[in-house]
Amino acid sequence: MLAKLCKKAFPKSLWVYHCNSGACNGCDIEILNVLTPYYDIERFGMKLVASPRHADVMLISGAVTRPTLPLVKKAYAAMPEPKLVFGIGSCASGGGSWFDCYHVTGGADKAVPVNYIIPGCPPKPEAIIYGVALALGLVDKKASPVELKQVEFPIDTYLKNKAFEERNVIYQVLNQ
Amino acid sequence: MYLMSKIKQVLLVLKPGVVTLKYPFEPHPVAKDFRGQPSWDHHKCVGCGGCAAHCPARTILIRDVCQDLRVMYYDGSRCTYCGRCADVCPEDAITMTEQYELATNDKNDIGVNMELFMLTCQRCGRCFNMETTNMIDKMGLRGFKYDNLETRAVISKLTTEQFDPKMLEESDRFKRPQK
Repeated sequence: MLAKLCKKAFPKSLWVYHCNSGACNGCDIEILNVLTPYYDIERFGMKLVASPRHADVMLISGAVTRPTLPLVKKAYAAMPEPKLVFGIGSCASGGGSWFDCYHVTGGADKAVPVNYIIPGCPPKPEAIIYGVALALGLVDKKASPVELKQVEFPIDTYLKNKAFEERNVIYQVLNQ
Repeated sequence: MYLMSKIKQVLLVLKPGVVTLKYPFEPHPVAKDFRGQPSWDHHKCVGCGGCAAHCPARTILIRDVCQDLRVMYYDGSRCTYCGRCADVCPEDAITMTEQYELATNDKNDIGVNMELFMLTCQRCGRCFNMETTNMIDKMGLRGFKYDNLETRAVISKLTTEQFDPKMLEESDRFKRPQK
């Protein structure tokens, strides 16, 4: 549904604005790695632009820190509609190890609405390409929530022990 | 001269051929010992909570919903894939898989929810050995549980050194809360 909508909304090449909101530079290096000839994101018509006013997509890396929060909001507001926001790395997607620190808002989704998250610390360049391809509708989503349950018969231990005591001869002898 | 240099350049470029990865259309294997999304084996897990205690991002949460059910939730959105949970697991129930294609539009897609069936001690009704002599250890053990306060009052008195027949009677009369 969203992929179809994206296809309609962005029929032409996406221009990407890279916004570092207090990242350690690891995710930024991976983003630049994606633009190199080896990974070559320009196959999909992507191009890094310097200004948010030229961009369709904003890549946020880093947990949004308190000083950068107004700047991120401003950059988001400066982008023309329609716009997509990618949270790249564990910090942007959920806050990373700093999710509850006093100087961090705890993830990009607390500052601006995030459409896609790419977890990883830092994410592999392939993972970023996969996220981009997912947004363009080229690949299917592979992540799904996992529910695990230990299948054991829930015997009430107290009742079980009582039954054991009643059945066991030694307890009867001891009680006499 | 100019033309010669251009021809040389073309020849130089032709030698390696196309180096670009055809990644999203062809699968790309990861390197050896790559740490991707951790996966839990619920048959091996004993519910010790070591992974939750060691997680640097505190992304593994453990809650005891009742006496014999422990719920573990792994919130993958802030996981840094450090592999400490796999290192610390005494039963090797956690393995770091090679899955890195985790991009989603929903945070709940990369979570793992696990319900663990815990056996309780038949003497004290707890999951843990309460006969530790060290007071600090005792405090540490008690902190992990969220049962009701009435049971806790009876149990904590029972597990002390002195034996009281009156207390034992009280504990016999105590009825466990039904599910």
